[in-house]
Amino acid sequence: MIKVENLVKTFGAKRAVDGISFTVERGEVLGFLGPNGAGKSTTMRMLTGFLPPTSGTVTVGGHDLAGQPRAAKKLIGYLPESAPAYTDMTVHGFLDFAAEIRGLRGEAKNAAIDRVVELCFLKSVLHQNVDTLSKGYRHRTCFAQSIIHDPDILVLDEPTDGLDPNQKYEVRQLIRRMGEKKAIIFSTHILEEVDAACTRAIIIDRGKIVVNGTPQELRRKSEWAGAVTLRVSGVAAAAVEEKLGRVRAAKRVASATDGGRVTVTVFPRTPGDGDLTREVLAVTNGWQVEDLRTEEGRLDEVFRSITMPDTAGKEVKP
Amino acid sequence: MNSLGTIKTIAKRELRAYFSSPVAYVFIVIFLLLNGFFTFMVGGFFERGEASLSESFFLWHPWFYLFLVPAVGMRLWAEERRVGTLELLLTLPIAPWEAITGKFIASWLFLGLALAFTFPVVLTVNHLGSPDNGVIFTAYVGSWLMAGAYLAVSCITSAITRSQVVSFIISVVACLFLILAGFPPVINLLQGLTNHWQWLVDVITSFSVTTHFEGFQKGVLDSRDIFFFLSVIVFALFTTSVILRTHRTN
Repeated sequence: MIKVENLVKTFGAKRAVDGISFTVERGEVLGFLGPNGAGKSTTMRMLTGFLPPTSGTVTVGGHDLAGQPRAAKKLIGYLPESAPAYTDMTVHGFLDFAAEIRGLRGEAKNAAIDRVVELCFLKSVLHQNVDTLSKGYRHRTCFAQSIIHDPDILVLDEPTDGLDPNQKYEVRQLIRRMGEKKAIIFSTHILEEVDAACTRAIIIDRGKIVVNGTPQELRRKSEWAGAVTLRVSGVAAAAVEEKLGRVRAAKRVASATDGGRVTVTVFPRTPGDGDLTREVLAVTNGWQVEDLRTEEGRLDEVFRSITMPDTAGKEVKP
Repeated sequence: MNSLGTIKTIAKRELRAYFSSPVAYVFIVIFLLLNGFFTFMVGGFFERGEASLSESFFLWHPWFYLFLVPAVGMRLWAEERRVGTLELLLTLPIAPWEAITGKFIASWLFLGLALAFTFPVVLTVNHLGSPDNGVIFTAYVGSWLMAGAYLAVSCITSAITRSQVVSFIISVVACLFLILAGFPPVINLLQGLTNHWQWLVDVITSFSVTTHFEGFQKGVLDSRDIFFFLSVIVFALFTTSVILRTHRTN
Protein backbone atom coordinates (compact mmCIF):
# COMPACT_ATOMS: atom_id res chain seq x y z
CA MET A 1 0.00 0.00 0.00
CA ILE A 2 2.74 2.41 0.92
CA LYS A 3 6.28 2.16 -0.33
CA VAL A 4 9.16 4.34 0.75
CA GLU A 5 12.43 4.31 -1.14
CA ASN A 6 15.64 5.95 -0.04
CA LEU A 7 13.97 8.83 1.68
CA VAL A 8 16.35 11.63 2.66
CA LYS A 9 15.62 14.92 4.36
CA THR A 10 18.29 17.44 5.22
CA PHE A 11 17.81 20.57 7.30
CA GLY A 12 20.84 22.69 6.55
CA ALA A 13 23.82 20.46 7.26
CA LYS A 14 21.82 18.01 9.37
CA ARG A 15 20.54 14.83 7.78
CA ALA A 16 17.34 14.34 9.76
CA VAL A 17 16.32 11.32 7.68
CA ASP A 18 19.10 9.47 5.95
CA GLY A 19 18.06 6.95 3.32
CA ILE A 20 15.02 5.19 4.77
CA SER A 21 13.25 2.47 2.78
CA PHE A 22 10.37 0.21 3.78
CA THR A 23 6.97 -0.98 2.63
CA VAL A 24 3.73 -1.50 4.51
CA GLU A 25 1.00 -3.73 3.11
CA ARG A 26 -2.68 -3.92 3.91
CA GLY A 27 -3.19 -5.85 7.13
CA GLU A 28 0.08 -4.69 8.62
CA VAL A 29 0.57 -2.43 11.61
CA LEU A 30 4.04 -0.98 11.57
CA GLY A 31 5.42 0.44 14.79
CA PHE A 32 7.89 3.22 14.32
CA LEU A 33 10.31 3.43 17.22
CA GLY A 34 13.28 5.57 17.98
CA PRO A 35 14.65 8.03 20.49
CA ASN A 36 13.53 11.65 20.37
CA GLY A 37 14.97 13.44 17.37
CA ALA A 38 15.69 10.20 15.50
CA GLY A 39 13.64 11.37 12.53
CA LYS A 40 10.29 9.67 13.20
CA SER A 41 8.12 12.75 12.81
CA THR A 42 10.09 14.05 9.85
CA THR A 43 9.60 10.71 8.09
CA MET A 44 5.87 10.76 8.79
CA ARG A 45 5.61 14.30 7.54
CA MET A 46 7.19 13.21 4.29
CA LEU A 47 4.90 10.17 4.01
CA THR A 48 1.86 12.38 4.25
CA GLY A 49 3.11 15.03 1.85
CA PHE A 50 3.57 17.83 4.35
CA LEU A 51 7.34 18.01 3.88
CA PRO A 52 8.80 17.43 0.45
CA PRO A 53 11.75 15.00 0.74
CA THR A 54 15.23 16.17 -0.24
CA SER A 55 15.50 12.97 -2.26
CA GLY A 56 13.77 9.61 -2.50
CA THR A 57 10.22 8.62 -3.35
CA VAL A 58 7.01 7.75 -1.57
CA THR A 59 4.43 5.66 -3.43
CA VAL A 60 0.95 5.44 -1.97
CA GLY A 61 -1.44 2.86 -3.38
CA GLY A 62 0.44 3.00 -6.67
CA HIS A 63 0.41 6.81 -6.85
CA ASP A 64 3.64 8.74 -6.62
CA LEU A 65 3.17 11.23 -3.80
CA ALA A 66 5.20 13.94 -5.54
CA GLY A 67 3.62 13.41 -8.97
CA GLN A 68 -0.02 12.73 -8.06
CA PRO A 69 -0.37 14.24 -4.59
CA ARG A 70 -4.16 14.45 -4.67
CA ALA A 71 -4.77 10.81 -5.52
CA ALA A 72 -2.14 9.70 -3.02
CA LYS A 73 -3.32 11.92 -0.16
CA LYS A 74 -6.90 10.72 -0.61
CA LEU A 75 -5.87 7.30 0.64
CA ILE A 76 -4.15 8.58 3.77
CA GLY A 77 -5.45 9.59 7.17
CA TYR A 78 -2.95 11.47 9.29
CA LEU A 79 -2.69 12.29 12.96
CA PRO A 80 0.17 14.78 13.40
CA GLU A 81 2.29 14.67 16.54
CA SER A 82 0.78 17.79 18.12
CA ALA A 83 -2.76 16.60 17.30
CA PRO A 84 -3.81 20.02 16.02
CA ALA A 85 -7.44 21.01 15.57
CA TYR A 86 -9.09 24.31 14.74
CA THR A 87 -9.56 25.87 18.17
CA ASP A 88 -12.31 28.25 17.09
CA MET A 89 -14.80 25.50 16.24
CA THR A 90 -16.86 22.91 18.06
CA VAL A 91 -15.84 19.26 17.83
CA HIS A 92 -18.82 18.63 15.58
CA GLY A 93 -17.98 21.62 13.38
CA PHE A 94 -14.43 20.42 13.03
CA LEU A 95 -15.42 16.88 12.10
CA ASP A 96 -18.01 18.24 9.71
CA PHE A 97 -15.29 20.23 7.97
CA ALA A 98 -12.96 17.20 7.90
CA ALA A 99 -15.68 15.06 6.32
CA GLU A 100 -16.68 17.67 3.79
CA ILE A 101 -13.14 18.44 2.64
CA ARG A 102 -12.74 14.69 2.07
CA GLY A 103 -15.69 14.87 -0.29
CA LEU A 104 -18.39 13.41 1.98
CA ARG A 105 -21.85 14.96 1.72
CA GLY A 106 -25.31 14.55 3.14
CA GLU A 107 -26.15 11.17 4.68
CA ALA A 108 -22.68 9.74 4.07
CA LYS A 109 -21.17 12.68 5.93
CA ASN A 110 -23.45 12.34 8.94
CA ALA A 111 -22.88 8.59 9.08
CA ALA A 112 -19.11 9.14 8.98
CA ILE A 113 -19.27 11.69 11.79
CA ASP A 114 -21.45 9.40 13.92
CA ARG A 115 -19.08 6.50 13.34
CA VAL A 116 -15.91 8.35 14.45
CA VAL A 117 -17.68 10.03 17.36
CA GLU A 118 -18.54 6.60 18.66
CA LEU A 119 -15.12 5.07 17.94
CA CYS A 120 -13.29 7.93 19.64
CA PHE A 121 -15.74 8.46 22.53
CA LEU A 122 -16.46 12.08 21.66
CA LYS A 123 -20.20 12.11 22.26
CA SER A 124 -20.04 14.07 25.52
CA VAL A 125 -17.97 16.91 24.04
CA LEU A 126 -19.55 17.04 20.60
CA HIS A 127 -20.82 20.60 20.92
CA GLN A 128 -17.96 21.93 22.97
CA ASN A 129 -15.38 24.29 21.53
CA VAL A 130 -12.07 22.64 20.72
CA ASP A 131 -10.04 25.12 22.77
CA THR A 132 -11.94 24.16 25.93
CA LEU A 133 -11.14 20.46 25.58
CA SER A 134 -8.69 18.57 27.77
CA LYS A 135 -5.61 17.22 26.06
CA GLY A 136 -7.00 13.71 25.78
CA TYR A 137 -10.22 14.83 24.13
CA ARG A 138 -8.40 17.14 21.76
CA HIS A 139 -6.12 14.29 20.81
CA ARG A 140 -9.07 12.03 20.11
CA THR A 141 -10.77 14.77 18.10
CA CYS A 142 -7.79 14.94 15.81
CA PHE A 143 -7.63 11.16 15.69
CA ALA A 144 -11.30 11.10 14.68
CA GLN A 145 -10.49 13.48 11.86
CA SER A 146 -7.84 11.09 10.54
CA ILE A 147 -10.25 8.13 10.20
CA ILE A 148 -13.36 10.00 9.11
CA HIS A 149 -13.00 8.98 5.47
CA ASP A 150 -12.15 5.38 6.39
CA PRO A 151 -8.75 5.59 4.69
CA ASP A 152 -6.74 2.60 3.47
CA ILE A 153 -3.61 3.98 5.06
CA LEU A 154 -3.27 5.51 8.49
CA VAL A 155 -0.24 7.46 9.59
CA LEU A 156 -0.37 8.17 13.31
CA ASP A 157 2.33 10.15 15.05
CA GLU A 158 2.23 9.09 18.71
CA PRO A 159 -1.48 8.25 18.79
CA THR A 160 -1.56 7.42 22.52
CA ASP A 161 0.35 10.46 23.72
CA GLY A 162 -1.51 12.35 26.43
CA LEU A 163 -4.14 9.68 27.01
CA ASP A 164 -4.91 8.02 30.33
CA PRO A 165 -4.27 4.26 30.65
CA ASN A 166 -7.84 3.30 29.79
CA GLN A 167 -7.87 5.48 26.71
CA LYS A 168 -4.45 4.18 25.70
CA TYR A 169 -5.84 0.66 25.90
CA GLU A 170 -8.86 1.60 23.79
CA VAL A 171 -6.77 3.30 21.13
CA ARG A 172 -4.41 0.32 20.91
CA GLN A 173 -7.37 -2.01 20.50
CA LEU A 174 -8.75 0.29 17.83
CA ILE A 175 -5.45 0.38 15.94
CA ARG A 176 -5.19 -3.37 16.12
CA ARG A 177 -8.74 -3.87 14.86
CA MET A 178 -8.36 -1.38 12.04
CA GLY A 179 -4.99 -2.88 11.18
CA GLU A 180 -6.73 -5.99 9.89
CA LYS A 181 -8.09 -4.11 6.92
CA LYS A 182 -5.71 -1.17 6.57
CA ALA A 183 -2.04 -0.39 6.38
CA ILE A 184 -1.09 1.47 9.55
CA ILE A 185 2.11 3.19 10.49
CA PHE A 186 2.37 4.61 13.98
CA SER A 187 5.19 6.03 15.96
CA THR A 188 5.60 5.65 19.67
CA HIS A 189 8.20 5.47 22.33
CA ILE A 190 6.11 3.26 24.54
CA LEU A 191 7.48 -0.20 23.94
CA GLU A 192 4.48 -2.10 25.26
CA GLU A 193 2.55 -0.72 22.33
CA VAL A 194 4.72 -2.63 19.96
CA ASP A 195 3.50 -5.83 21.58
CA ALA A 196 -0.04 -4.61 22.00
CA ALA A 197 -0.68 -3.48 18.47
CA CYS A 198 2.13 -4.04 15.95
CA THR A 199 2.72 -6.80 13.48
CA ARG A 200 6.11 -5.34 12.65
CA ALA A 201 8.43 -2.75 14.12
CA ILE A 202 11.14 -0.50 12.80
CA ILE A 203 13.67 1.18 15.04
CA ILE A 204 15.28 4.25 13.61
CA ASP A 205 18.22 6.09 15.06
CA ARG A 206 19.90 9.20 13.73
CA GLY A 207 17.83 9.08 10.56
CA LYS A 208 18.61 5.46 9.68
CA ILE A 209 16.69 2.23 10.08
CA VAL A 210 18.61 0.05 12.50
CA VAL A 211 16.11 -2.78 12.95
CA ASN A 212 13.14 -3.93 10.91
CA GLY A 213 11.30 -7.04 12.09
CA THR A 214 8.39 -8.57 13.99
CA PRO A 215 8.20 -7.90 17.74
CA GLN A 216 9.30 -11.51 18.33
CA GLU A 217 12.35 -11.06 16.14
CA LEU A 218 13.18 -7.87 17.94
CA ARG A 219 12.89 -9.50 21.31
CA ARG A 220 15.17 -12.33 20.29
CA LYS A 221 17.95 -9.79 19.94
CA SER A 222 17.77 -9.16 23.66
CA GLU A 223 20.25 -10.84 25.98
CA TRP A 224 17.19 -11.64 28.06
CA ALA A 225 15.72 -13.77 25.28
CA GLY A 226 15.72 -17.33 26.60
CA ALA A 227 17.22 -16.32 29.94
CA VAL A 228 16.11 -18.46 32.87
CA THR A 229 15.16 -16.94 36.19
CA LEU A 230 14.66 -19.14 39.21
CA ARG A 231 14.06 -18.64 42.90
CA VAL A 232 15.56 -21.19 45.23
CA SER A 233 15.71 -21.45 49.00
CA GLY A 234 17.97 -23.31 51.38
CA VAL A 235 21.13 -22.87 49.32
CA ALA A 236 23.82 -20.15 49.51
CA ALA A 237 23.89 -17.66 46.67
CA ALA A 238 27.53 -18.36 45.95
CA ALA A 239 26.88 -22.06 45.54
CA VAL A 240 23.97 -21.45 43.20
CA GLU A 241 25.99 -19.05 41.08
CA GLU A 242 28.94 -21.36 40.96
CA LYS A 243 26.89 -24.33 39.83
CA LEU A 244 24.84 -22.45 37.24
CA GLY A 245 27.90 -20.68 35.92
CA ARG A 246 29.23 -24.04 34.76
CA VAL A 247 26.18 -24.75 32.59
CA ARG A 248 27.40 -25.02 28.98
CA ALA A 249 24.78 -22.78 27.37
CA ALA A 250 25.06 -20.06 30.03
CA LYS A 251 26.91 -16.87 29.35
CA ARG A 252 26.51 -15.04 32.60
CA VAL A 253 24.76 -15.44 35.95
CA ALA A 254 23.32 -12.69 38.12
CA SER A 255 21.82 -13.24 41.54
CA ALA A 256 20.19 -11.40 44.40
CA THR A 257 19.44 -12.57 47.92
CA ASP A 258 16.17 -11.79 49.67
CA GLY A 259 15.90 -13.27 53.17
CA GLY A 260 16.69 -16.94 52.82
CA ARG A 261 15.92 -17.05 49.13
CA VAL A 262 18.14 -16.56 46.15
CA THR A 263 16.79 -15.20 42.88
CA VAL A 264 19.11 -15.95 40.07
CA THR A 265 19.05 -15.29 36.33
CA VAL A 266 21.07 -17.24 33.84
CA PHE A 267 21.67 -15.52 30.51
CA PRO A 268 22.08 -17.70 27.42
CA ARG A 269 25.20 -17.68 25.27
CA THR A 270 23.03 -17.32 22.17
CA PRO A 271 19.87 -15.28 22.75
CA GLY A 272 16.72 -17.37 22.45
CA ASP A 273 18.56 -20.65 23.06
CA GLY A 274 15.94 -23.20 24.14
CA ASP A 275 18.51 -25.64 25.53
CA LEU A 276 19.34 -23.37 28.43
CA THR A 277 16.18 -24.12 30.38
CA ARG A 278 16.75 -27.85 30.11
CA GLU A 279 20.38 -27.56 31.14
CA VAL A 280 19.52 -25.35 34.11
CA LEU A 281 16.84 -27.81 35.23
CA ALA A 282 19.38 -30.61 35.10
CA VAL A 283 21.58 -28.99 37.75
CA THR A 284 18.86 -27.99 40.21
CA ASN A 285 18.76 -31.40 41.90
CA GLY A 286 18.56 -31.01 45.66
CA TRP A 287 17.52 -27.36 45.56
CA GLN A 288 14.12 -26.16 46.64
CA VAL A 289 12.99 -24.39 43.48
CA GLU A 290 10.03 -22.15 44.22
CA ASP A 291 9.73 -20.50 40.83
CA LEU A 292 11.27 -20.95 37.44
CA ARG A 293 10.54 -19.10 34.26
CA THR A 294 12.05 -18.59 30.84
CA GLU A 295 12.21 -14.96 29.74
CA GLU A 296 10.96 -13.90 26.33
CA GLY A 297 13.35 -11.05 25.91
CA ARG A 298 12.89 -7.42 26.75
CA LEU A 299 12.16 -4.83 24.12
CA ASP A 300 13.34 -1.91 26.21
CA GLU A 301 16.72 -3.55 26.57
CA VAL A 302 16.91 -4.21 22.80
CA PHE A 303 15.91 -0.62 22.18
CA ARG A 304 18.61 0.68 24.46
CA SER A 305 21.34 -1.60 23.21
CA ILE A 306 20.59 -0.52 19.64
CA THR A 307 20.15 3.20 20.11
CA MET A 308 22.64 3.68 22.96
CA PRO A 309 25.18 0.86 22.59
CA ASP A 310 27.53 2.29 25.26
CA THR A 311 25.17 2.10 28.21
CA ALA A 312 23.22 -1.07 27.47
CA GLY A 313 23.48 -3.96 29.87
CA LYS A 314 24.82 -1.87 32.73
CA GLU A 315 21.62 -1.83 34.69
CA VAL A 316 20.54 -5.38 34.20
CA LYS A 317 18.92 -6.78 37.32
CA PRO A 318 17.11 -10.04 37.67
CA MET B 1 -13.90 16.77 -5.21
CA ASN B 2 -13.43 19.60 -7.67
CA SER B 3 -11.51 22.78 -6.89
CA LEU B 4 -14.64 24.87 -6.54
CA GLY B 5 -16.09 22.54 -3.92
CA THR B 6 -12.81 22.52 -2.01
CA ILE B 7 -12.54 26.30 -2.05
CA LYS B 8 -16.13 26.57 -0.88
CA THR B 9 -15.56 24.15 2.01
CA ILE B 10 -12.42 26.01 3.12
CA ALA B 11 -14.11 29.39 2.84
CA LYS B 12 -17.14 28.19 4.76
CA ARG B 13 -14.99 26.93 7.62
CA GLU B 14 -13.04 30.16 7.73
CA LEU B 15 -16.17 32.30 7.80
CA ARG B 16 -17.66 30.14 10.52
CA ALA B 17 -14.48 30.60 12.53
CA TYR B 18 -14.74 34.38 12.21
CA PHE B 19 -18.21 34.45 13.65
CA SER B 20 -17.61 31.96 16.43
CA SER B 21 -15.17 34.40 18.03
CA PRO B 22 -15.90 37.97 19.12
CA VAL B 23 -13.34 39.28 16.63
CA ALA B 24 -15.87 39.56 13.83
CA TYR B 25 -18.38 41.53 15.86
CA VAL B 26 -15.77 43.82 17.36
CA PHE B 27 -14.38 44.47 13.90
CA ILE B 28 -17.74 45.31 12.35
CA VAL B 29 -18.70 47.61 15.23
CA ILE B 30 -15.40 49.50 15.12
CA PHE B 31 -15.55 49.78 11.34
CA LEU B 32 -19.06 51.22 11.48
CA LEU B 33 -18.24 53.60 14.35
CA LEU B 34 -15.20 54.91 12.50
CA ASN B 35 -17.22 55.35 9.34
CA GLY B 36 -19.97 57.22 11.15
CA PHE B 37 -17.60 59.45 13.05
CA PHE B 38 -15.44 60.43 10.08
CA THR B 39 -18.33 60.85 7.67
CA PHE B 40 -20.47 63.07 9.85
CA MET B 41 -18.00 64.75 12.23
CA VAL B 42 -14.72 65.06 10.36
CA GLY B 43 -15.93 64.77 6.78
CA GLY B 44 -18.67 67.35 7.39
CA PHE B 45 -21.33 65.40 5.54
CA PHE B 46 -24.13 67.81 6.50
CA GLU B 47 -22.14 71.02 6.15
CA ARG B 48 -21.19 70.15 2.60
CA GLY B 49 -24.76 70.22 1.40
CA GLU B 50 -23.87 67.78 -1.41
CA ALA B 51 -25.81 64.68 -2.30
CA SER B 52 -22.61 62.68 -2.65
CA LEU B 53 -20.55 60.28 -0.55
CA SER B 54 -17.15 60.51 -2.20
CA GLU B 55 -15.68 63.45 -0.24
CA SER B 56 -17.22 62.64 3.11
CA PHE B 57 -17.48 58.85 3.23
CA PHE B 58 -15.28 56.98 0.73
CA LEU B 59 -12.40 59.40 1.19
CA TRP B 60 -11.50 57.73 4.50
CA HIS B 61 -11.61 54.13 3.38
CA PRO B 62 -7.96 53.81 2.31
CA TRP B 63 -7.02 54.94 5.83
CA PHE B 64 -9.50 52.76 7.74
CA TYR B 65 -8.39 49.74 5.77
CA LEU B 66 -4.79 50.52 6.60
CA PHE B 67 -5.40 49.33 10.18
CA LEU B 68 -8.52 47.23 9.94
CA VAL B 69 -7.69 44.94 7.04
CA PRO B 70 -4.33 43.76 8.46
CA ALA B 71 -6.26 43.03 11.67
CA VAL B 72 -8.53 40.70 9.71
CA GLY B 73 -5.75 39.16 7.64
CA MET B 74 -3.08 38.70 10.29
CA ARG B 75 -4.50 35.48 11.65
CA LEU B 76 -5.07 33.78 8.28
CA TRP B 77 -1.81 31.83 8.10
CA ALA B 78 0.02 32.86 11.27
CA GLU B 79 -2.66 31.12 13.34
CA GLU B 80 -2.59 27.97 11.20
CA ARG B 81 1.14 27.73 11.69
CA ARG B 82 1.05 28.49 15.41
CA VAL B 83 -1.65 25.95 16.23
CA GLY B 84 -0.24 23.40 13.79
CA THR B 85 -3.39 23.01 11.71
CA LEU B 86 -1.31 23.95 8.66
CA GLU B 87 0.01 20.40 8.82
CA LEU B 88 -3.53 19.05 8.65
CA LEU B 89 -4.55 21.42 5.88
CA LEU B 90 -1.60 20.66 3.63
CA THR B 91 -1.85 16.89 4.05
CA LEU B 92 -5.46 16.90 2.87
CA PRO B 93 -6.09 15.93 -0.74
CA ILE B 94 -6.26 19.57 -1.81
CA ALA B 95 -3.86 21.85 -3.65
CA PRO B 96 -2.24 24.68 -1.65
CA TRP B 97 -3.69 27.30 -4.00
CA GLU B 98 -7.19 26.07 -3.22
CA ALA B 99 -6.58 26.58 0.49
CA ILE B 100 -5.06 30.01 -0.12
CA THR B 101 -7.93 31.09 -2.35
CA GLY B 102 -10.58 29.71 -0.02
CA LYS B 103 -9.19 31.49 3.00
CA PHE B 104 -8.75 34.72 1.08
CA ILE B 105 -12.28 34.66 -0.27
CA ALA B 106 -13.74 34.07 3.19
CA SER B 107 -11.96 37.11 4.61
CA TRP B 108 -12.81 39.19 1.58
CA LEU B 109 -16.48 38.30 1.90
CA PHE B 110 -16.29 39.21 5.55
CA LEU B 111 -14.89 42.64 4.66
CA GLY B 112 -17.62 42.96 2.06
CA LEU B 113 -20.20 42.24 4.74
CA ALA B 114 -18.76 44.92 7.02
CA LEU B 115 -18.82 47.33 4.11
CA ALA B 116 -22.43 46.42 3.31
CA PHE B 117 -23.42 47.30 6.87
CA THR B 118 -22.64 50.95 6.07
CA PHE B 119 -25.89 51.04 4.05
CA PRO B 120 -27.55 53.56 6.42
CA VAL B 121 -25.22 56.20 4.99
CA VAL B 122 -26.61 55.49 1.54
CA LEU B 123 -30.18 55.66 2.88
CA THR B 124 -29.39 58.97 4.59
CA VAL B 125 -27.99 60.63 1.51
CA ASN B 126 -30.93 59.38 -0.53
CA HIS B 127 -33.33 60.69 2.04
CA LEU B 128 -31.76 64.15 2.09
CA GLY B 129 -31.17 64.61 -1.60
CA SER B 130 -30.96 62.78 -4.88
CA PRO B 131 -27.44 61.46 -5.30
CA ASP B 132 -26.18 59.50 -8.30
CA ASN B 133 -26.59 55.97 -6.94
CA GLY B 134 -24.54 54.56 -9.82
CA VAL B 135 -21.55 56.54 -8.60
CA ILE B 136 -22.12 55.31 -5.06
CA PHE B 137 -22.31 51.74 -6.31
CA THR B 138 -19.05 51.92 -8.28
CA ALA B 139 -17.38 53.56 -5.28
CA TYR B 140 -18.51 50.61 -3.14
CA VAL B 141 -17.09 48.19 -5.70
CA GLY B 142 -13.82 50.14 -5.72
CA SER B 143 -13.70 50.20 -1.94
CA TRP B 144 -14.20 46.45 -1.78
CA LEU B 145 -11.53 45.81 -4.42
CA MET B 146 -9.15 48.04 -2.49
CA ALA B 147 -9.88 46.10 0.70
CA GLY B 148 -9.09 42.93 -1.26
CA ALA B 149 -5.71 44.28 -2.30
CA TYR B 150 -4.84 45.16 1.30
CA LEU B 151 -6.07 41.76 2.43
CA ALA B 152 -3.90 39.93 -0.10
CA VAL B 153 -0.87 41.86 1.15
CA SER B 154 -1.83 40.83 4.71
CA CYS B 155 -1.94 37.22 3.50
CA ILE B 156 1.72 37.46 2.56
CA THR B 157 2.79 38.94 5.88
CA SER B 158 0.65 36.41 7.73
CA ALA B 159 2.39 33.55 5.93
CA ILE B 160 5.81 34.95 6.79
CA THR B 161 5.46 34.69 10.54
CA ARG B 162 3.87 32.67 13.32
CA SER B 163 3.20 35.84 15.29
CA GLN B 164 0.02 37.74 14.50
CA VAL B 165 1.45 40.95 15.93
CA VAL B 166 4.50 40.87 13.66
CA SER B 167 2.22 40.07 10.75
CA PHE B 168 0.01 43.04 11.59
CA ILE B 169 2.88 45.53 11.81
CA ILE B 170 4.58 44.47 8.58
CA SER B 171 1.25 44.46 6.84
CA VAL B 172 0.41 48.01 7.98
CA VAL B 173 3.78 49.25 6.74
CA ALA B 174 3.32 47.54 3.36
CA CYS B 175 -0.20 48.92 2.98
CA LEU B 176 1.01 52.35 4.03
CA PHE B 177 3.32 52.25 1.05
CA LEU B 178 0.34 51.48 -1.19
CA ILE B 179 -1.37 54.63 0.08
CA LEU B 180 1.58 56.99 0.34
CA ALA B 181 2.72 56.22 -3.20
CA GLY B 182 -0.21 58.36 -4.33
CA PHE B 183 -0.26 60.87 -1.50
CA PRO B 184 0.33 64.39 -2.95
CA PRO B 185 3.05 65.47 -0.43
CA VAL B 186 4.95 62.26 -1.14
CA ILE B 187 4.59 62.71 -4.89
CA ASN B 188 5.95 66.27 -4.60
CA LEU B 189 8.86 65.03 -2.54
CA LEU B 190 9.61 62.32 -5.10
CA GLN B 191 9.45 64.81 -7.93
CA GLY B 192 11.93 67.03 -6.10
CA LEU B 193 14.29 64.15 -5.51
CA THR B 194 14.13 62.67 -8.99
CA ASN B 195 14.13 65.78 -11.12
CA HIS B 196 14.72 64.17 -14.46
CA TRP B 197 13.04 60.85 -13.91
CA GLN B 198 9.38 61.53 -14.24
CA TRP B 199 8.91 57.91 -15.33
CA LEU B 200 10.12 56.70 -11.94
CA VAL B 201 7.62 58.89 -10.17
CA ASP B 202 4.95 57.57 -12.52
CA VAL B 203 5.88 53.97 -11.77
CA ILE B 204 5.74 54.55 -8.03
CA THR B 205 2.46 56.45 -8.13
CA SER B 206 0.93 53.78 -10.33
CA PHE B 207 1.23 51.45 -7.35
CA SER B 208 -0.91 53.70 -5.27
CA VAL B 209 -4.31 52.43 -4.26
CA THR B 210 -5.62 55.95 -3.82
CA THR B 211 -5.08 56.98 -7.44
CA HIS B 212 -6.78 53.79 -8.60
CA PHE B 213 -9.60 54.27 -6.14
CA GLU B 214 -10.28 57.84 -7.30
CA GLY B 215 -11.81 56.68 -10.57
CA PHE B 216 -14.29 54.48 -8.76
CA GLN B 217 -15.27 57.38 -6.49
CA LYS B 218 -16.13 59.46 -9.54
CA GLY B 219 -18.27 56.67 -10.90
CA VAL B 220 -15.76 55.57 -13.55
CA LEU B 221 -15.31 51.82 -13.94
CA ASP B 222 -11.91 51.84 -15.65
CA SER B 223 -10.71 48.37 -16.63
CA ARG B 224 -7.15 49.43 -15.79
CA ASP B 225 -8.13 50.20 -12.21
CA ILE B 226 -9.97 46.90 -11.86
CA PHE B 227 -7.02 45.14 -13.44
CA PHE B 228 -4.68 46.87 -10.99
CA PHE B 229 -6.51 45.66 -7.89
CA LEU B 230 -7.05 42.17 -9.23
CA SER B 231 -3.42 41.85 -10.26
CA VAL B 232 -2.24 42.95 -6.81
CA ILE B 233 -4.50 40.27 -5.32
CA VAL B 234 -3.35 37.50 -7.67
CA PHE B 235 0.30 38.42 -7.29
CA ALA B 236 0.08 38.60 -3.50
CA LEU B 237 -1.72 35.24 -3.26
CA PHE B 238 0.87 33.68 -5.53
CA THR B 239 3.62 35.09 -3.30
CA THR B 240 1.82 33.58 -0.31
CA SER B 241 1.92 30.15 -1.92
CA VAL B 242 5.66 30.51 -2.61
CA ILE B 243 6.29 31.49 1.02
CA LEU B 244 4.26 28.57 2.36
CA ARG B 245 6.18 26.20 0.11
CA THR B 246 9.52 27.65 1.18
CA HIS B 247 8.67 27.04 4.84
CA ARG B 248 8.14 23.37 4.09
CA THR B 249 11.27 22.82 2.01
CA ASN B 250 13.59 24.39 4.58
